[in-house]
Amino acid sequence: MPADQPLVLGFETSCDETGIGLVRGQTLLSDALATSMAEHERFGGVVPEIASRAHLEAMVPTVHRAFAEAGVQASDVDAIAVTSGPGLTGALLVGVAAAKAYALALDVPLYGVNHLAAHVAVDELEHGRLAEPTIAMLVSGGHSSLLLVPDLTQDVQPLGQTIDDAAGEAFDKVARVLGLPFPGGPPIDRAARDGDPASIPFPRGLTGPRDAPYDFSFSGLKTAVARWVEARERAGEPVPVADVAAAFQEAVVDVLTAKAVRACRDNGVDHLVIGGGVAANSRLRALAAERCAAAGIVLRTPSPRLCTDNGAMVAALGSRLVEAGIAPSAADLGADSALPIDVVSR
Amino acid sequence: MLVLALDTATPTLVVGLARWTDGGPAEVLAERAVASGNRHAELLAPTVRAVLAAGGAAMADLGAVVTGLGPGPYTGLRVGVVTAAALADARGIPVVGVCSLDAIGDGARTVATDARRKEVYWARYGADGARVAGPAVDRPADLTPTPPVVGDAAFAERLGVAVTAAEVTAAGLLRAAAPQLADPSSVAALVPLYLRRPDAVPPPQRKSVTQP
Ligand SMILES: [Zn+2]
Repeated sequence: MPADQPLVLGFETSCDETGIGLVRGQTLLSDALATSMAEHERFGGVVPEIASRAHLEAMVPTVHRAFAEAGVQASDVDAIAVTSGPGLTGALLVGVAAAKAYALALDVPLYGVNHLAAHVAVDELEHGRLAEPTIAMLVSGGHSSLLLVPDLTQDVQPLGQTIDDAAGEAFDKVARVLGLPFPGGPPIDRAARDGDPASIPFPRGLTGPRDAPYDFSFSGLKTAVARWVEARERAGEPVPVADVAAAFQEAVVDVLTAKAVRACRDNGVDHLVIGGGVAANSRLRALAAERCAAAGIVLRTPSPRLCTDNGAMVAALGSRLVEAGIAPSAADLGADSALPIDVVSR
Repeated sequence: MLVLALDTATPTLVVGLARWTDGGPAEVLAERAVASGNRHAELLAPTVRAVLAAGGAAMADLGAVVTGLGPGPYTGLRVGVVTAAALADARGIPVVGVCSLDAIGDGARTVATDARRKEVYWARYGADGARVAGPAVDRPADLTPTPPVVGDAAFAERLGVAVTAAEVTAAGLLRAAAPQLADPSSVAALVPLYLRRPDAVPPPQRKSVTQP
């Protein structure tokens, strides 16, 4: 680890995870995380005010853990990066205010960055420099996007996104229908292993010839699953949870991987990065690998731990911005819950 | 000891730099009050920088940070609390939290500020300036505040009493923090005075999609 590369501290508070990460260059030093997920469980979704309170409580202790794990001190930090958006406003503001204060107190530059671009950047910590251009697909409880990335530091172009539910939201809602816990991704992934993905022909949203080629829709699928389960219940028949989970999951990952491969082909790009919490799904990873191999596309997927929200991804993007000589954020940086994807830093 | 004091519990963000000595009144060297509304996160750090510059001090000169803990609208309130916590942590100095209402006005008074949702945050103080009731949050119609009342003058009509406009001041924050500054072992954890539980209700039983 060359000590001449900048040490970057990253802050992520866009949803329910308080993530603080440290990277030097593209080397991951630490990734401390506190989550308020358990407090949201009984509400079946993230409650913004609960998340914001938890971020404040966790902030300083999580920063301390990040420094302790990395074996460095605050005074060693060369630059700070923070998720400025998109995300929950109240949650984002805790991270932005904290990052601004550390930057002020340590007298280092601050970069307000885009959460989605950070999901792409994190892969560099495990697999080295991205080939540019690359196609990126980001799928989580809060976002589902296909991006063309000619230059991760300043040129990220949206190709498509969900027109209703995020992919992860569909997992949460279907889990609820099946009586599985929140968040729904991991339990559906587990249940689906014992099920037959071809047992129920659930619809593939937005895959018609006249549909937007890179947009997603998961609302119809979610409703179809609920209807199917209710019909069974009304008929007094048992619900085959494993089969429903497998068939639902297959419908989601079929559409995601088909559109991602098509985006690569249409744009003449032979590299695909998948990130976001849903990228931890084992069937998505397997099918993406299969289809990319068949299409001659190099697939890069961060380990599941780095797919979900964390501070290291923000530090990773910050590190790239420092290296590229991008100007730091202005002193009046704030949070933007709807920060457009083509704004990498601001 | 130089102390940085800040508060974001009301629409006016307040930052002050003071020289504090145990037993004496704090000497405020520089102070800014910015009517920043809901832009506390944007404007707080630049205001801290400006106040330090105006007071001729650097971050490294600070011996402690004081912050208002509210009560106040949560989103803005947290900006000040987390900023104070982070500044103090980065410099390795203590951070002291005080009730923001304690820093508004002085002497015997009732302090009332805007709690939104047609409610007020309030507290009452005795002749020696010590808080004798509150902080609490209530509807103005349910209160019979003891005059004089200071704080958000917009509530005069609803409270049925004259309200003298007054805001958080650096001197008020320092006064409220004096006991903790004098005895650092007494410094309590930095927990905002939310006074309300988060608005969140568990979802009802699963709704049918096929039957209304
Ligand atoms: Zn995310």
